[in-house]
Amino acid sequence: MKGRLGRAIVLALPWSWMALFFVVPFLIVLTIAFAEPSEGLPPYTPLLRWSEEGGPVIQLNLANFRLFLEDPFYLEAGLRSLRVAAISATLCLLIGYPMALAIARAPERWRATLLMLVILPFWTSFLLRITAWIGILQDQGWLNSALMALGVIREPLRLLYTDFALYIGITYCYLPFMVLPLYATLSKLDPALLEAAEDLGARPWRAFLQVTLPLSMPGVVAGFLLVFIPVVGEFVIPELLGGPGAQLIGRVLWTEFFQNRDWPLASALAVVLLMILVAPIALFQARAAREGR
Amino acid sequence: MRRASRLAVPLGLGFAFLYLPILLMVLFSFNDSRLVTSFTGFSTRWYFALWENEALMGAAVLSLRIAAVSATMATLLGVVAGFALARMGRFRGRAAFAGAMAAPLVMPEVITGLSLLLMFVAMEQAFGFPAGRGADTVAIAHATFGAAYVAVVVQARLADFDTSLEEAAMDLGARPWKVFFLITLPLIAPAIAAGWLLAFTLSLDDLVIASFVSGPGASTLPMVIFSAVRLGLTPDLYALATLLVAVVAIGIGIAAWVAFPRRPG
Amino acid sequence: MSSAVAARPGTAEPWRDPAADPFLRIEGVTKRFDGFVALDAVTLPIYRGELFALLGASGSGKSTLLRCLAGFIEPDAGRIVLDGQDLAGVPPYERPINMMFQSYALFPHMTVAQNIGFGLRQEGAPKALIADRVAEMLALVQMEGFGNRKPAALSGGQKARVALARALAKRPKLLLLDEPLSALDKNLREATQFELVNIQERTGTTFVIVTHDQEEAMTMATRLAVMDRGTLAQVGTPGEVYEFPNSRFTAEFLGTANILEGVIEAADDQVTRIGSSELDFDILAEAGALKPIGSRAYVAIRPERMRIERTDPATPLADNRLVGRVRDIAYFGDFFMYYVVLDSGKEIRVSQPNLRRMTARPVDWDDRVAVTWDAEASMVLPE
Repeated sequence: MKGRLGRAIVLALPWSWMALFFVVPFLIVLTIAFAEPSEGLPPYTPLLRWSEEGGPVIQLNLANFRLFLEDPFYLEAGLRSLRVAAISATLCLLIGYPMALAIARAPERWRATLLMLVILPFWTSFLLRITAWIGILQDQGWLNSALMALGVIREPLRLLYTDFALYIGITYCYLPFMVLPLYATLSKLDPALLEAAEDLGARPWRAFLQVTLPLSMPGVVAGFLLVFIPVVGEFVIPELLGGPGAQLIGRVLWTEFFQNRDWPLASALAVVLLMILVAPIALFQARAAREGR
Repeated sequence: MRRASRLAVPLGLGFAFLYLPILLMVLFSFNDSRLVTSFTGFSTRWYFALWENEALMGAAVLSLRIAAVSATMATLLGVVAGFALARMGRFRGRAAFAGAMAAPLVMPEVITGLSLLLMFVAMEQAFGFPAGRGADTVAIAHATFGAAYVAVVVQARLADFDTSLEEAAMDLGARPWKVFFLITLPLIAPAIAAGWLLAFTLSLDDLVIASFVSGPGASTLPMVIFSAVRLGLTPDLYALATLLVAVVAIGIGIAAWVAFPRRPG
Repeated sequence: MSSAVAARPGTAEPWRDPAADPFLRIEGVTKRFDGFVALDAVTLPIYRGELFALLGASGSGKSTLLRCLAGFIEPDAGRIVLDGQDLAGVPPYERPINMMFQSYALFPHMTVAQNIGFGLRQEGAPKALIADRVAEMLALVQMEGFGNRKPAALSGGQKARVALARALAKRPKLLLLDEPLSALDKNLREATQFELVNIQERTGTTFVIVTHDQEEAMTMATRLAVMDRGTLAQVGTPGEVYEFPNSRFTAEFLGTANILEGVIEAADDQVTRIGSSELDFDILAEAGALKPIGSRAYVAIRPERMRIERTDPATPLADNRLVGRVRDIAYFGDFFMYYVVLDSGKEIRVSQPNLRRMTARPVDWDDRVAVTWDAEASMVLPE
């Protein structure tokens, strides 16, 4: 088991798998981002060509990246993605923090069940849960019917395909990703710390602000990143719930790829998206590594 | 308990937010009307409609097959990788390895999907394998990100594993491979099972990556649902969701019953 | 040495016999971790049937030595020979040595009986033999009727018994015990200590026990080694090490000691006289100081060997007599500890048994007191 050969074999399997299906694909995306679209299949020109004289010629096409800087449509999609992700993560934090705190302070025999209830929706189909929100929010939907039946409104409100629907959908789907890391840090907090703060004269609210909140920051940051990072690249929710204006970068990438068949531009967008996310992903992994130790 | 009770309100509201949409779906799956908004009477007709929807049923079978295959591959890879990360200490390239293993967890799906597709296309051009795209390429893609989840679960279990248990077994005369099969494996089996289940569920639920790497004739269940939803809501989708919720609830119930059996006395 | 230092009744003392063959030889064992020397050329013979304690603070190397014996760590240098067999390169699963782990390391997915039978099953022993041995071990540790329980359903003391039974089931030549009782509370620990010694005597197995608890080492061990920074500071019977410490370290590690410093001024067959710059008078000790006249020496005196009484300033100075002021008195129930500050500023601890209930203390805070002791209580430290 300690033999060098044995270790090498054990490592080789996952290493080569991840290299082949995760690292190399990124390099391919990077190269294709510099290619030009063409009519053939695959629909892009090769980067490396043999010139008339017989030597290899590398053609780098920077147009895709220039487009991102020059065409406000793409730049705005990038900025909008960041804004939507930040707002969604904040909403998840505001709803998730009290939930995580309540579970962490619930009697011990209840905690596992309550936590399970948070995770349970995650195990059912994501798409179908979005579908439920379409049923709730559409013009003749459950919410409008209820409000009209109660006489609160006379005309149905426009709820579906708005930013309101977008944020509800994202918050709904990503809430467990916020509650779990928050619960993990909050449940490890020694209750004696809070008792000590109150014993020293801090009212519960101040004790929370000065003891619980600062000590739960690792969970807050982890939860925020865990929501923020995937939402920046989110496609399904803006597509199904958001309005036509909700052109987030993931949705733009999807459109370029599937509708316009512009693989090089889609690749360039993936590279840009990854560059946007490098910092938060690195931050998340550094924190995860520190926690793991 | 004073603190807990004050927090019960936001907790209750949070659970209402999480469960109300699901309950509405379950309720309206038994609605007689074709319209998904007003409840006209109890009926199970949408469950029969579901059964007769061949595109949906075919996609469900395909998705289950892909999920089973990819979860199994992911478990094999993930367990080995989890062991490498938890037990091999510092080896050359550990940081890069840990990064590559964990990256699929946080990577936006559009990037993972696009890059895997381009990889499969490049491989086909270079070696002729995989020829075309379909269930196989979806399974490989799902195994790749599923392995990351399994590795995390297994590594976490091994991190708080009391290594003196393995030392004790060795001290009592068990050779390393027997230690692994008699002690380590039975004790981390729940984590491995959880990892498999997680990879299975993620595969079953994935739309974006499958849309990129799948090919004609291999539409998974989420892909079929997605195109159906874009055309408009029909109550048979609610019937499908209800069945899924029931399966998950029963599964969780069994798991809880197995994991926490009532002790005599 | 002194007859006051008695061994356990009925125990032979093979370490006093130069012709006796050690059962376990630890010879020059050295282990380094990343430049840190955990074990520095440790040489230690241990005899058959001993209950040998390795005593030390954390980081002293005692656990490293134990893990070298078990085979989890391979020494960088030196040999370990057990009953004539050199253990170099022998993996843990082939050593005739078993261990009782600090965490007990009971396999949670196996019953008590399966845990105890685990070692024999690895040998491929016949089922009937395993069943018999498991029953025998359960009886030995008084756990009959618990065979079908899972470890999670046992109390701390019961887990300790099962861990011991499991480690003894293969009848090892050597049993290692890693802080075996540290997880138990005080009363249970004391009861279990006696039981452990009992089982050791009944089975005749050689025990090596690692502990940081000096009471545990003193009450249980035939001999003990005090470890300090990877070396053996002193090896001997508990009585020898307590009554004849060889250094400031052992004198202060095992029990409490007042250390006085001085220069040897005179010595004859009867008495050694030590002059002290810290004090205004001389220290007398019984003969036996091995150091030449004029060399510096440390003298250790146990607090319970000292007497304390009120005095007035007129009393003349004398040998083995210190004068100071009571700074503090600590009440321990069974004794008082007086903290006396001498005029030089040095602090001396004196303990007095609490012999009578509800009487006024003869000595009180801020009293001027004289502290005296007999020459035989002065322990001149060789180092």
